[in-house]
Amino acid sequence: MMQEQPVLSIRQLSKQYGDGCTHCQHEDMKLEKNFCPVCKTVYACRSVSFDLYRGEILGIVGESGSGKSTLMKSLYFDETVTSGEGYLVDYENGHNNIFTESSQMKRHIRNTILGMVYQNPMLGLKMDFSSMSNIAEKQIAAGNRHVRQMEERSLSLLQHVKIPVHRSKEAPKNFSGGMQQRVQIAKAMSNNPPILLLDEVTTGLDLSVQADVLDLIKSIQRELNISMIVVSHDLAVIRMLADRTIVMLNGEIIEHGLTDQVLEDPQHEYTQQLVYSLL
Amino acid sequence: MLTIHNLQKSFTIHHLQKTFPALENISLHVKEGGFLGIVGKSGSGKSTILKSIYRTYMPQAGNIIFHSDAYGEIDLLQATTRQIVYLRKHEIGYVSQFLNVMPRTTALELVTQSLLDVGVEQQEAIARAKQALRHFDLEEKLWNSYPNNFSGGEKLRLNIACAIVKEPRLLLLDEPTASLDQASKVKVRESIEKLKAQGTTLIGIFHDLEFMEGLCDDVFTMMKISDKEVLA
Ligand SMILES: Nc1ncnc2c1ncn2[C@@H]1O[C@H](COP(=O)(O)OP(=O)(O)OP(=O)(O)O)[C@@H](O)[C@H]1O
Ligand SMILES: Nc1ncnc2c1ncn2[C@@H]1O[C@H](COP(=O)(O)OP(=O)(O)O)[C@@H](O)[C@H]1O
Ligand SMILES: [Mg+2]
Ligand SMILES: [Mg+2]
Ligand SMILES: [Zn+2]
Repeated sequence: MMQEQPVLSIRQLSKQYGDGCTHCQHEDMKLEKNFCPVCKTVYACRSVSFDLYRGEILGIVGESGSGKSTLMKSLYFDETVTSGEGYLVDYENGHNNIFTESSQMKRHIRNTILGMVYQNPMLGLKMDFSSMSNIAEKQIAAGNRHVRQMEERSLSLLQHVKIPVHRSKEAPKNFSGGMQQRVQIAKAMSNNPPILLLDEVTTGLDLSVQADVLDLIKSIQRELNISMIVVSHDLAVIRMLADRTIVMLNGEIIEHGLTDQVLEDPQHEYTQQLVYSLL
Repeated sequence: MLTIHNLQKSFTIHHLQKTFPALENISLHVKEGGFLGIVGKSGSGKSTILKSIYRTYMPQAGNIIFHSDAYGEIDLLQATTRQIVYLRKHEIGYVSQFLNVMPRTTALELVTQSLLDVGVEQQEAIARAKQALRHFDLEEKLWNSYPNNFSGGEKLRLNIACAIVKEPRLLLLDEPTASLDQASKVKVRESIEKLKAQGTTLIGIFHDLEFMEGLCDDVFTMMKISDKEVLA
């Protein structure tokens, strides 16, 4: 079999908040977790590298503050990376580092290749606009100008995520948490992106609603063969969805592997703590 | 088909600052279409062997050479995670006593999905799933219910159906008859007979191997590492 080409390759991605100082820029810098006590710089992502393949769900786990959301926002260009490279097979055949492209090209990539579901629905949706127009917004950004077509697509997406048609004109602020997440998913999918980024989509939902959302994610993967990165602190969610998993701590990837291997034969001390504390 | 050479596996538990050896210099071989039974005391490392083949456990040393359709001769310990994901979907199945259920998924959907996951068309997937459920004698009235409430035997047969519907070339069975009543055990044995007749290679752990009488081509006996030391 031929060597499989990743749809997304990330190399040495770093994101810091603050300029750093002589203390923390030193080779063997002494940080408090991800934080320089001298200059207060936060090293949110440190030299993160991984590959994402066609049709796979890649899980990311790690404690609060480990850099998961920062990584997702960096991939979606909400945050500007401090350094690092990213290559998308669907953009210039993976030849150009997406992080050094012009902001116009980044917008183009975001609108045509990526979909994002935020941990906080307030970041992903305009709460006062109808669900339909929230979804249309993403399609307009992707260059669609056919109103009828957009309407039809929005409706069929809302149907797909099981939002009743008669509520499609309603604003998400009236919706439950689970419904808001489903509208976010519909919006993220509206430009048919080959890659979806999902940050804690099921967190804070009650179990039965969680089950609906998980089911939806799984069916999207199966039917559309979309690649996804799923961030969750819930190992059960990761076990159910992801074939492969990355563990982050203090901005770094400390372990990665097959999901069941990471959970049943964790190698790193921290991963063992994470797994055993939940058993 | 599969050759294990000097496999070594230990578990290091960091907070105890201890390393527990589980496998030492294990070597064994299963031929294409053969059925290898593994026996041994509890804790002797039987499951650890199967989980190492399936790569749920990562051994420290040795080789597990598998003759794959897709990759040719491949050392499962050197294979990339993506290659293992592929092999698990298409060539190597694993069945334990425990069922991995998805919420909101009926028995029929569960089996169908394992086919959809490997790219089988919807119609064909459903047809083959039904066939598999029938083959393993899961009553039709259970097909559209949620497996959470199934009996141990029903769950197990569903589990086997999920694994074998994709027709893996190698099937790993970890005590599939544990905690089953006699009637269910007989059904599992029949299932295994059918698989063997189809040419599936099998490695199985059975605490009552007599039950597999006449099916096993070979038996591998595990010894507890501590017992070995006593003997030495
Ligand atoms: N805009 C910002 N300015 C300064 N520091 C930030 C900023 N955004 C994030 N951080 C810091 O970066 C680190 C990583 O935050 P991030 O939100 O990525 O964590 P997370 O892994 O998503 O956590 P959680 O599980 O709680 O969502 C934290 O120390 C956080 O305080
Ligand atoms: N995930 C694990 N973490 C730590 N130790 C383990 C793990 N799995 C198995 N072991 C240890 O390895 C040894 C062999 O276990 P196992 O393979 O389950 O035995 P068997 O299946 O023969 O009863 C035991 O000492 C067991 O405690
Ligand atoms: Mg976060
Ligand atoms: Mg066992
Ligand atoms: Zn500093």
